[in-house]
Amino acid sequence: MITKRIIPCLDVRNGRVVKGKNFEGIQDVSDPVEMAKFYNREGADELVFYDITASVEERGLFTDILRKVASEIFIPLTVGGGINTLEDFDRVLKCGADKVSVNSGAIRNPDIIGQAAKKYGDQCVVLSMDIKRVDGVFRLFAKGGRENTGIDALQWAVDGVNSGAGELVVNSIDTDGVKGGFDLELLDAIAARVNVPIIASGGAGKMEDFSELFSHEGIDAGLAASIFHYKEIRIEDLKKYLRDQGVEVRL
Amino acid sequence: MIAVIDYGVGNLFSLTASLKYLGADVKVTGEKEEIEAADRIILPGVGAFADAKEKLDQTGLVETILEQTADGKPLLGICLGMQLLFDESHEYGVHKGLGLIKGKIASIDEDLKKAGIAGLKVPHIGWNSLQFEKDEPLFRYNKPGDYVYYVHSFYGTDCEESTIATSEYGVTITGAVRSGKVYGTQFHPEKSGEAGLKMLKAFMEV
Repeated sequence: MITKRIIPCLDVRNGRVVKGKNFEGIQDVSDPVEMAKFYNREGADELVFYDITASVEERGLFTDILRKVASEIFIPLTVGGGINTLEDFDRVLKCGADKVSVNSGAIRNPDIIGQAAKKYGDQCVVLSMDIKRVDGVFRLFAKGGRENTGIDALQWAVDGVNSGAGELVVNSIDTDGVKGGFDLELLDAIAARVNVPIIASGGAGKMEDFSELFSHEGIDAGLAASIFHYKEIRIEDLKKYLRDQGVEVRL
Repeated sequence: MIAVIDYGVGNLFSLTASLKYLGADVKVTGEKEEIEAADRIILPGVGAFADAKEKLDQTGLVETILEQTADGKPLLGICLGMQLLFDESHEYGVHKGLGLIKGKIASIDEDLKKAGIAGLKVPHIGWNSLQFEKDEPLFRYNKPGDYVYYVHSFYGTDCEESTIATSEYGVTITGAVRSGKVYGTQFHPEKSGEAGLKMLKAFMEV
């Protein structure tokens, strides 16, 4: 049987893993290569690396790290952050990424989704979305969740899949960093509208949050950062717990 | 030396990195002489069947692959590389494959619909458990139930005599095939963690 996936996310800046709460107050956590090895041993099903650097020099540092990780860890790697052009796709794929996650780049230029899907295949293109309720409507946010685009987030998800996005990362700004559980209302709304894998992000605080997540139809993976980085939840323990709850996981 | 056939299809970073990690001497090549000199051949591939087959034809290496495998040289096709080994594919039309594995490539989506199964997403993406008979050389270091990583929308059918491993996804997915020393895996061993590394190690020893 196909399994539900547990995915730790590593935000990388200046060659180090960082994680903020509600996207503010970023703190240094650890070395990305060591962290990746640790998660691989723990049973992570996939790793996501977000490059949150700005300068060209730091971008080089990021791809060096990616290359090192991909030379030692043989599970799927998704890379996001600063992906705006097909050249950006090319740059990270050549360094060992399997999938490329596009977020603000697709807001600036929605055609990038279709162009990348055509060149590298749908399976390679992950559309990542930061979503927040504004006056009761799900809105798409840009720039790491700081800017309301005014775009209807549910329609954006549907359009993205129709253009060729092979997976969606749905990050709820409302629940991110709060550790009160995933945004199931938002996830259900998206799962009802698309037929590609959905990776839920934002809000995991305890193991029960994951079992509740996977009881909802159409959710394929749970992504989290700080609870794994700070070892509040060990991935191995989480997977054993999920298996006991009747959720199919890779152990 | 293991020759990884370079015909302009897919990302070879992880495949070459995993083989090097296992201590193999790897050459990514489109040269006939290097493939002839190799101890083993790997045919990788992602994307659409027809496009990949056309690119492979353009390299002029098909004949070399057929000669080398006829001489008993081990070959491993991965993902689309496995599908190319089949007689034919029904992915957007009917296309001829290399004919090294008897059977045809069919659509998972269509077969799920025919079977009346709803609620499964296509592509089949993610980790699925693999069932196999213990005495297969490729799985000598693995145990049945090991999880492997799949990403595909089409799959091998009518290939019972070559099937050596399967996974369940509404329909029975052909996970791996073998005919003589010609092997194919639908999943990506180079992305399947320890379980996949064990299979690549086993392939280096067949």
